[in-house]
Amino acid sequence: MELLLAAIIVLPASGFAALLLGRLPKASAAAGAAGPLAACCLAAAPVFRALSAAPAEFLRIEWSMPFGSATMELDALGAFFLAPVLGLSALSAVYGAGYMNAHGGGRLPGWHWLCFNVLVAAMAAVCLARNALFFLAAWEIMALASFFLVASESGSKEAREASWTYMAAAHAGAAFLIPMFLLLSQGTGSLDFADFSVEPGSATASLCFALALIGFGSKAGIMPLHVWLPEAHPAAPSHVSALMSGVMIKTGIYGLVRVLTMLGPPPTWWGFALIALGAASGVMGVLLALAQHDLKRLLAYHSIENIGIIVMGLGLWILGVSTGHPAMAALGFAGALLHVVNHAVFKGLLFMGAGSVLTGAGTRDVEKLGGLLKRMPATGAAFLVGAAAICGLPPLNGFVSEFLVFLGSLDGAANGGPLPAVLAAAVILSLALIAGLASACFAKAFGIVFLGEPRTPEAAASRESGALMTAPMAILSILCFAIGIGGFAAVQAAEPVVLSVCGPGSGGVIEAASRSLAGAATAFGVLIALAVLLAVLRKVLLFRRESGQAGTWDCGYAAPSAKMQYTASSFAQPLADFFGHFLGQRKHFVPPNGYFPKESSLETETPDRCLDGFYVPAFRAGRAVLSKFLVLQQGRIQIYVLYLVLTLLVLLIWKLGF
Amino acid sequence: MNPDAIANVAMGLALAPLLFGVINRVKAVFAGRRGQPLLQPYFDVVKLLGKGAVYSRTTTWVFRAGPVVGLASALAALCVVPFGGERALIGFEGDLLLFAGLFGLMRFFTVCAALDTGSAFEGMGASREVQFSALAEPALLLGLAAAARRTGCMSLSGLFEEASGMDPAAALPVFSLAAMAVFIVFLCENARIPVDDPNTHLELTMIHEVMVLDHSGPDFAFITYGAAVKMWVLGALFAGLAVPFRTGIHWLDAALAVAFMFAVAAATGVVESTMARLRLLRVPHLLAGACALSAVAYVLLLR
Repeated sequence: MELLLAAIIVLPASGFAALLLGRLPKASAAAGAAGPLAACCLAAAPVFRALSAAPAEFLRIEWSMPFGSATMELDALGAFFLAPVLGLSALSAVYGAGYMNAHGGGRLPGWHWLCFNVLVAAMAAVCLARNALFFLAAWEIMALASFFLVASESGSKEAREASWTYMAAAHAGAAFLIPMFLLLSQGTGSLDFADFSVEPGSATASLCFALALIGFGSKAGIMPLHVWLPEAHPAAPSHVSALMSGVMIKTGIYGLVRVLTMLGPPPTWWGFALIALGAASGVMGVLLALAQHDLKRLLAYHSIENIGIIVMGLGLWILGVSTGHPAMAALGFAGALLHVVNHAVFKGLLFMGAGSVLTGAGTRDVEKLGGLLKRMPATGAAFLVGAAAICGLPPLNGFVSEFLVFLGSLDGAANGGPLPAVLAAAVILSLALIAGLASACFAKAFGIVFLGEPRTPEAAASRESGALMTAPMAILSILCFAIGIGGFAAVQAAEPVVLSVCGPGSGGVIEAASRSLAGAATAFGVLIALAVLLAVLRKVLLFRRESGQAGTWDCGYAAPSAKMQYTASSFAQPLADFFGHFLGQRKHFVPPNGYFPKESSLETETPDRCLDGFYVPAFRAGRAVLSKFLVLQQGRIQIYVLYLVLTLLVLLIWKLGF
Repeated sequence: MNPDAIANVAMGLALAPLLFGVINRVKAVFAGRRGQPLLQPYFDVVKLLGKGAVYSRTTTWVFRAGPVVGLASALAALCVVPFGGERALIGFEGDLLLFAGLFGLMRFFTVCAALDTGSAFEGMGASREVQFSALAEPALLLGLAAAARRTGCMSLSGLFEEASGMDPAAALPVFSLAAMAVFIVFLCENARIPVDDPNTHLELTMIHEVMVLDHSGPDFAFITYGAAVKMWVLGALFAGLAVPFRTGIHWLDAALAVAFMFAVAAATGVVESTMARLRLLRVPHLLAGACALSAVAYVLLLR
């Protein structure tokens, strides 16, 4: 525990060092990035100990705060979330140093690194906190630090608006968490997690669940609480996007799981709610992603999709527990857990890739890119690995966790009663649809950005990023392969957590899943061996043979230009049209007119219906109501003193009266 | 290692291109032509393997990796699918997802290789391919889930084995519905009429063929052979669902399965000769229909 504490202290310390060096951007970046690296090294030993089912480590520091104490504990569940937090933080810090240097040091580098390191420390504290007040404090610091980071890349209006949207969502979420913790503490009056108790199956438990779902769900980005993600992720600097999307939104999942373990045996409808929300987030997330042209916005919508998969896994867990299907429960939970880690790996990788594209070509607009693989070979290869992984393709890590969720739902389909079977079929359908649509989306993202010919001079002039940026991407790419092929070991690593949450009876299920994944690993071995063999065969066949170079065959047209390539919008158009009712895509079409048409244009935009259809009108209405109270705000100190006196008077009368 | 399973894989490797030969012969008979030799697909592959290749200056290594990864995935899928009452070479609980995933990998790389050429036609084909396959995958997996619910088994091998011992009245309704769904997926994934026309001569209307326009030589041989293996694998899955019963005599089961495979190829030829291709906008409806068939199969089991 001392090592963990040291890790949490070293982070803000290095942040302050970076702040002091703020005039020297390079030195500041080095000092700032050193913190997460050091924290990762310091915390490695205790985290691995906790993951190998060692007894939980506990630390309690009294705090001069009523009901508050800095109670910290590292158990297997916390460690499983802490590991990706620290690992990805270290990698994004290194990447961030390169990114900030490539962007001329960024604005206010000292403050940037302070916020970055405080964000990492706060996320670590969230995973360790065992007192509601301490937890909420860490939660708020996390939100504040990331708020400043979102606003830090550019001073543009969009970035400021995005950060305010994020701030509003974060606080609205926290507003649901406070009553939830108060409800949980009702029995004993203590805010320590260990003292929380609630009558299982009671209305209070269900209320707590609903509050947790909204409060933590808004952080995680469950539909329809996701609106801040597609705004904040594109605006933030890329290493911050990687960190926020890769691990910060997972603290919402962590909170949800932690609270679910406190609520006792769940009723079936919780599982139903989780599966329904997960399926909606997954399918709508990927559909909205498909319609985006902004590379980072596209990735942000994919985060919503992956959170959907995770929530479906959690739903299978709850459903399995409530209907007595331990195999479904354990597999769903294990799948959700592993997807948390896997998503951190490949989404971190993809955001870093997007940042590298932004650095090299100066734009995030997919339609203005193209042909980048020749100019940025390392970034392109890494992005391809990440893209294949996020689509759940073998032999990469995305396949492993989706496989576990799928296996859990297949168990429900094969052995469950009618209700679990229907929900399991819904999960299978959603997973299949998500996998197909994600493939479409990433074929588009990778194909249009990295393949073909550059569509603009900027894209043609793009250059590969430095080693500080490509090395973390390489490490994450290797991890994608390692977890994919070693899926059987990864699921065993998650076993202590699954056992601690789903009960010791689930050991056999995990063993069986591990055997299945070992079978899959055999197939992956065959696949890779065959690919290598065929590649060699191809080389041998083409050796010393005539191998010509020509232009692309364009059906006889002799002078194709880069502008004639298929665009991202046209690539996505058939699917966007087919699901048009859900998407609400707007088209601005000027058709070619007359015998000698001069100009015509087509523009598509896909606004977020939740944002435009609900939140904006709701906030506008709220503002209209609240602006009536503006009379109170006179701006004169005398009036405010009057308010104070009046309040005191009322309180005095109230106190005397009772 | 099960020698019979290895024999099945070898048989798939050897006989897969013959499926194309049979389809072409059936179509020729319907059209009143003599048609090409039955072994023409083999001749094509051998000839292509012996040729040089031409590459577009636009392309990168992704274009060259496409056919290699595609064929490797198809061959790996061949190891995962059970055939003729025999267990698959590689089988485990949940291998259905690996089965779907391998075809996903094949498609992803084919599509990327197509986009790598920068050609608008190939982009168009790629766009259609991802659309149709995104809708085909739910039908395939839900159909298999229905079969899994009927048998209580979660691996393809276990599922077919369990079904072979079941009372036909109990197995047939679900299996035949799932088989119908899988047949539609089979036609779609193998780029056959009514989804795609392999013999069309206009690039604008192609789906699969247009994506591989720029490949030549050994690369194109890999693609042709990979397509044949893919057809064999999906056909084997369809065969297992459509006729889940076994005689118990090993060589007879294998022979019957092979005969059924060629019957499927002949049926594909009949479909191609008697049906027009659907309008592209209608294809998603057909696939939604396949999903509905799978869903009906599943609903039959909700008691």
